[in-house]
Amino acid sequence: MITFMDSLIEPALKRLWMEKTMRSKTILSLLIFALASLSGLAQSKVVVIRNAKVVTVSGATIERGTVVITNGLISAVGTKVAIPPKAEVIDATGLSVYPGLIDAGTVLGLTEVSSVGATVDTTELGDFNPNMKALTAVNPYSELIPVGRMNGVTTAITCPQGGIIPGQCAMINLQGWTPDQMKVAGPAALHIVYPQLGFRGGGGFGSFNPPSPSDQQRQARDRQVESLRTKLDDAVAYHKARQASASDKSLPPRAIDLGLEALIPIIKGEIPVLVTANGASEIKGAIDLAEKYKLKLIINGGDDAIKHAKLLRDRSIPVVLGGVLELPGSEDDPYDQSFARAAELHKAGIKFAFTSGGQAYNVRLLPYHAGTASAFGLPREEALKGVTLYPAQIFGVDKQVGSIEVGKLANLVITDGDILEFRTKVKRVFIKGEAASLNNRHTRLYDQFKDRQ
Amino acid sequence: MMKRSKTLKAAVLLFMLAMTALAQESQELLIRNATIMTASHGTIENGSILVINGKIAAVGKSADIKGSAKAKVIEAAGMFITPGFVDSHSHTALDAINEGSVSVTSMVRMRDAVNDTDINIYRQLAGGMTTIHQLHGSANAIGGQNSIIKLKWGRPVEQMYVADAPRTMKFALGENPKQANFSVPGRPRRFPATRMGVEETIRQAFTEGREYLQRWEKYEASRQRGENPLPPRRDLRLEAIGDVLRGKIDIHSHCYRADEIVMLMRLCEEFGIKVHTLQHTLEGYKVAPEIAKHGANASILPDWWAYKMEAYDAIPFNAAVMTRRGVVVSIHSDSNEHARRFYQEAAKMLKYGDLTEEEALRLVTLNPAIQLRLEKRIGSIDVGKDADLVIFNGHPFSIYSRPEMTFIEGEVFFDRKNDIEMREKLAAEKRTLIERERRNPGQPQPTQPRPAQMPSLSEDLDDHLHGFPHRTRP
Repeated sequence: MITFMDSLIEPALKRLWMEKTMRSKTILSLLIFALASLSGLAQSKVVVIRNAKVVTVSGATIERGTVVITNGLISAVGTKVAIPPKAEVIDATGLSVYPGLIDAGTVLGLTEVSSVGATVDTTELGDFNPNMKALTAVNPYSELIPVGRMNGVTTAITCPQGGIIPGQCAMINLQGWTPDQMKVAGPAALHIVYPQLGFRGGGGFGSFNPPSPSDQQRQARDRQVESLRTKLDDAVAYHKARQASASDKSLPPRAIDLGLEALIPIIKGEIPVLVTANGASEIKGAIDLAEKYKLKLIINGGDDAIKHAKLLRDRSIPVVLGGVLELPGSEDDPYDQSFARAAELHKAGIKFAFTSGGQAYNVRLLPYHAGTASAFGLPREEALKGVTLYPAQIFGVDKQVGSIEVGKLANLVITDGDILEFRTKVKRVFIKGEAASLNNRHTRLYDQFKDRQ
Repeated sequence: MMKRSKTLKAAVLLFMLAMTALAQESQELLIRNATIMTASHGTIENGSILVINGKIAAVGKSADIKGSAKAKVIEAAGMFITPGFVDSHSHTALDAINEGSVSVTSMVRMRDAVNDTDINIYRQLAGGMTTIHQLHGSANAIGGQNSIIKLKWGRPVEQMYVADAPRTMKFALGENPKQANFSVPGRPRRFPATRMGVEETIRQAFTEGREYLQRWEKYEASRQRGENPLPPRRDLRLEAIGDVLRGKIDIHSHCYRADEIVMLMRLCEEFGIKVHTLQHTLEGYKVAPEIAKHGANASILPDWWAYKMEAYDAIPFNAAVMTRRGVVVSIHSDSNEHARRFYQEAAKMLKYGDLTEEEALRLVTLNPAIQLRLEKRIGSIDVGKDADLVIFNGHPFSIYSRPEMTFIEGEVFFDRKNDIEMREKLAAEKRTLIERERRNPGQPQPTQPRPAQMPSLSEDLDDHLHGFPHRTRP
């Protein structure tokens, strides 16, 4: 509980906390708890969902259970749970409660209409932008966000694009008045695009791999890999210089470089790197890079991840899959290659998470990516974990989201059936315990025109 | 021992000869004990389908359907059967899609650009697709003449064309023909650049086409009178437009916004013809009464939106709204990927607007067949129709189901079991071929497999602009 509160308190308070002794820590945490309780009293925010099938994901499914939300957090789960007075009670007889789904890779919030440049903030100029922060450009009022919620997605990793280091991904909840309110973790990871053959860099668009790459293309790729390594070497050197000048005032201070500064948390292993790598050689390159610089690696895309199954499993490197609903990589590949990829990784003991395929307007398709993987060999409970608990674990936020457990954010979805099924309807969505509207651009237009004269 | 094996060989040979003879006589297939979703007359529990010579000879309760002794039997207890899917808007198996040079290209024909070795044919068969409408692209206000094929993978293209298919022509409105989202380097902007210009481009073509017809009529009349007139100069572009005006070619028009949909219907009414089928029709729900009154069909994208400005008002309830207004609606792919999962695209419509299972199934079977004027031959499981069928391992509208077998005219063109068995064999063959190439000095060596698809193969949906490129692409 204390560690959880730690993540919620303001940075200033946090600093204060860090400086105090153990005893004052206890007093402070009591104070915070009292403040939280007071604000809770003022808002009287207790919601009880009862008689529901509770799919906790982390533990057993409770056929007829109760979930209590207090001040935005899950405060009780079970069959015999006391219902607090003055609580808003939702009778969910015949319905199911799931943890909110998590899309592990999108550009949601950074783009509105993808062909209209003025509405797109995904891609900065240049190859190296480690200090660009997705959270900065998340538009909380994007019409795409409530549409994403309509099929039960409550949380998403949103990432800058383009070049070799596009910037810092944020994990956001799909509701909030400001980006800060939406933030679950930011930065959640640093996005790196491992250079590949035919990759031009800079603009975010590569090209199709030609039938046989030319020497020129190989050289270009090698140069890009070299520039990435050089950038990381620079960051290591910069970090040393900054440390040295901090501890020895006689040394000339190293001028601040915001780009290199942003790389320090990754070379210290505090923030993971999400490395887009699909081909076997790119994946191997990413693994080697992570080993050399001691990076906490997450593979993004991972088309050929199975070819390095042993390496990935032995080093506990997880994979964020590109879309399941995608064509096979080449005409010789099995027709169901992308449908079956998650099942193969699961069998090989590699942790994975699903994405909705990358398009911001398609976030609501997330459950179908996971479900289709299940039609092609992935056990159903694993498919569900791939859009809940696993992405939370991969991005280190499993104390906050990913399952229905006491102490986690009350990101909950009430449905009339299996959340991955097409015909299932989402009845209610709660994000941090607040009811999220299921009205959106699509339901509004539907209501406006369905009975038109 | 020797003698015995010889006898065995002879017996096998005789048996095979007999089978071949039988095959030439009549092919009979009985699929038994499945749940049959007919798309025309409800769902039959514990049903059977008898297929004779590629046509459905009987469908009904298993107890009532008996094949002859020679019928090949497929036991399908626990399985579901649907009609083969029909894609009313595809660009699959085409070597070229857009003749994008000028704004009216009515003379070009997609049937001249069919690539019968496109692997996407097989991939789509694996998803239950059996018939596709191969459209010209949307670069021009009036594009080319489309073609209709069945996905008979492994057969030459001549066997794929649907012989009695109607002639159809692609039209396109909005951002694509006015080139709003791109420019061709080194080339000035092309007329039209606005929706006003798109309308006038089509009106101009219709006007010229009408005059062209009149010239021929005048010529024929003159000949009838026994005169010896000079024939008009033949113009393939205007001849095709003339056939549109004479109702011999159906219009299938790419459209997004409500205003342009109404524009095209009014323009066609001005020339005494109908828009046969609206394609994409993203804002069709806004003008559903007008579409129903005009009598146009609507072929739509199920739930994509916001990939360009004219798609910002697209809603997944579109199919339901238009269906309720009496419009014949189909779902199409416009994508090599979506075309593999038509059962999923239809399933979504159970939720968005509460279509019934049969209404949802018709969106990808009978309704597109109607839009292609092939409903007497394909699109539902009825006696006399082509035996284009898909066997699923569960309810086709469940996310957990997948197609197991696909039949075209009673023949198996996809069998998942067989597909999986063949994989190791094919992989071994590929390894052998690569080895052989490597041992052959002086020859270029394969280092990279061929790309799965070229960027131009789908026009709108595969425009993966500004997304999260898990895979970097142009």
